[in-house]
Amino acid sequence: MSEQSGWTGPSSQQRLAILRRTRTVAMLGASPNPARASNFVATYLLASTNYDVYFVNPNATEILNRPVYGSLAELPVVPDLVDVFRRPSDLPQVLDEVLAVGASTLWLQFGLFDVEVAEKAEAAGLVVVMDRCLKIEHARFHGGLHLAGFNTGVISSRRAR
Amino acid sequence: MDRPWGFRTRAIHAGAVPDAATGARAVPIYQSTSFVFEDTEDAASLFALQKYGTIYSRISNPTVAALEERLASLDSGLGAVCTASGQAAEFLTFACLAGAGDQIVAGAGLYGGTITQLDVTLRRFGVDTVFVPGAEPSAVAAAITEQTKLVFAELIANPSGEIADIAALAEVAHSAGVPLAIDATLATPFLCRPIEHGADIVIHSATKFLGGHGTTLGGVVVEAGRFDWGNGRFPLMTAPIPSYGGLTWWGNFQEFGFLTKLRAEQLRDIGPSLSPMAAFLLLQGVETLPLRMAAHVTNARAVAEWLAADPRVSYVRWAGLPDHPHHDRARRYLPLGPGAVFSFGVRGGRAAGRKFIESVHLCSHLANVGDARTLVIHPGSTTHQQLSDTQLRECGVPPDLVRISVGLEDLEDILWDLDLALTSAVKDAR
Ligand SMILES: Cc1ncc(COP(=O)(O)O)c(C=O)c1O
Repeated sequence: MSEQSGWTGPSSQQRLAILRRTRTVAMLGASPNPARASNFVATYLLASTNYDVYFVNPNATEILNRPVYGSLAELPVVPDLVDVFRRPSDLPQVLDEVLAVGASTLWLQFGLFDVEVAEKAEAAGLVVVMDRCLKIEHARFHGGLHLAGFNTGVISSRRAR
Repeated sequence: MDRPWGFRTRAIHAGAVPDAATGARAVPIYQSTSFVFEDTEDAASLFALQKYGTIYSRISNPTVAALEERLASLDSGLGAVCTASGQAAEFLTFACLAGAGDQIVAGAGLYGGTITQLDVTLRRFGVDTVFVPGAEPSAVAAAITEQTKLVFAELIANPSGEIADIAALAEVAHSAGVPLAIDATLATPFLCRPIEHGADIVIHSATKFLGGHGTTLGGVVVEAGRFDWGNGRFPLMTAPIPSYGGLTWWGNFQEFGFLTKLRAEQLRDIGPSLSPMAAFLLLQGVETLPLRMAAHVTNARAVAEWLAADPRVSYVRWAGLPDHPHHDRARRYLPLGPGAVFSFGVRGGRAAGRKFIESVHLCSHLANVGDARTLVIHPGSTTHQQLSDTQLRECGVPPDLVRISVGLEDLEDILWDLDLALTSAVKDAR
């Protein structure tokens, strides 16, 4: 879908830069259910990244032995990146919350794509990534995907770091 | 960088960033069965597929990973899984998708080992394969049923030299909700990238032109990552997997699901993994693939044209020649040439074919293709010698048929050898 919309997201180099400057991630719509994609992404972010990860979900109290917050506004920190696992119809409201809390990157997971929301977010100064998995993008640049035989697109004569 | 790197650059660099620890520029050979965990939590998350990393070389290995990413890149794929041989790559793919009661629709002109794998071994496990002559798209469409899990064909068939119509096969497969897998061994990604024509899965015997030097067995499965495995036809992709805590390949890994299942389940359970040493040798071959394939095809064209003009030769089946029935398909899918493996007939029948093979001095008589050396074989006196002339004709291998895999020697030397061998074959047959 991304190809047909006319909206162009950040290039792979720009996505790498986003991942490098991000310190704090809020997972909006994180689920305590191990069968859900958000829970699986959370296990990766906790095990394989240095991000400070916070979970937001008004209907949960604990995920992977960590506290869950009812809203972005209740977080004890301002997240750099908000990773969204919500219904497409929730996205306009999600944008308002992200802007109110002062995050700098709006990241919509696989399957979430809304050009109107993205354009509004960009006009308000947010960096927007849509229809991509934060786990996959992190693994692409940090060697995980490479070790699993995937095409990372990374070509370089510099030592890996 | 976002530069769309060229094929030659990727043949040398893809998958191989200098080693983080040592700076080694060539790909190190990680000759280790196993890799230490950081702690128990690290081990637990690796086993649960919650994090990427190396555990045990049956499932993944850093040297093999360099080859996997390189081949995925060259074939315009999402990723790749390497295997111990081409046959292992075929088996892993079939076993990943089909079980007892399921069906595969395949072109009939497959490599003999693939035919017996499907027709004997997998049939014994309850997987039914329907073989469609010439992999004709309309006949393939007619053969697809509710049980069909895969359409499979070889891009360049051997010994007929027929070319699969990839785009048309992709269309009939996809309109039935079934993926298309193409064995592109004889083409290599330098001559054709089936994924760019609509195929979902590409299989190679890396033993042939990818390695290119006749030293090493290997195989690879590349996937495009475009197929909708959640379309209802593939419960194996959507049902919870108890051995991985209830994950589902499609739900948790989406476009990465098929290759993750191939590695984390099929390689784990079946075990035909590529060894690090073999991966290293194949990587050396792949670095010069563009140069070698261009030279193979140049020599093959000259040899095919020379044979076609020779009265001692009854036919030449290379789709690069204008009189081949699939010449137009070859021009569409393989514009640089339809590979360097083809067959021709030596006038004088089975005895002439045998005599030809016994008279060569430069060409090697052996059962392989895709070596730097020119290779020849006469099925009528070797692999198919138990069949009568009539049976041979019925399976598309006439008694006088010789298969050649044109190598990288000087063209004049190859032609000199063929000329002398044809002279003795025809003289004896009179
Ligand atoms: C088209 C084709 N597919 C598959 C194979 C099997 O590959 P391998 O010998 O590496 O198992 C071969 C060769 O033997 C082949 O020619």
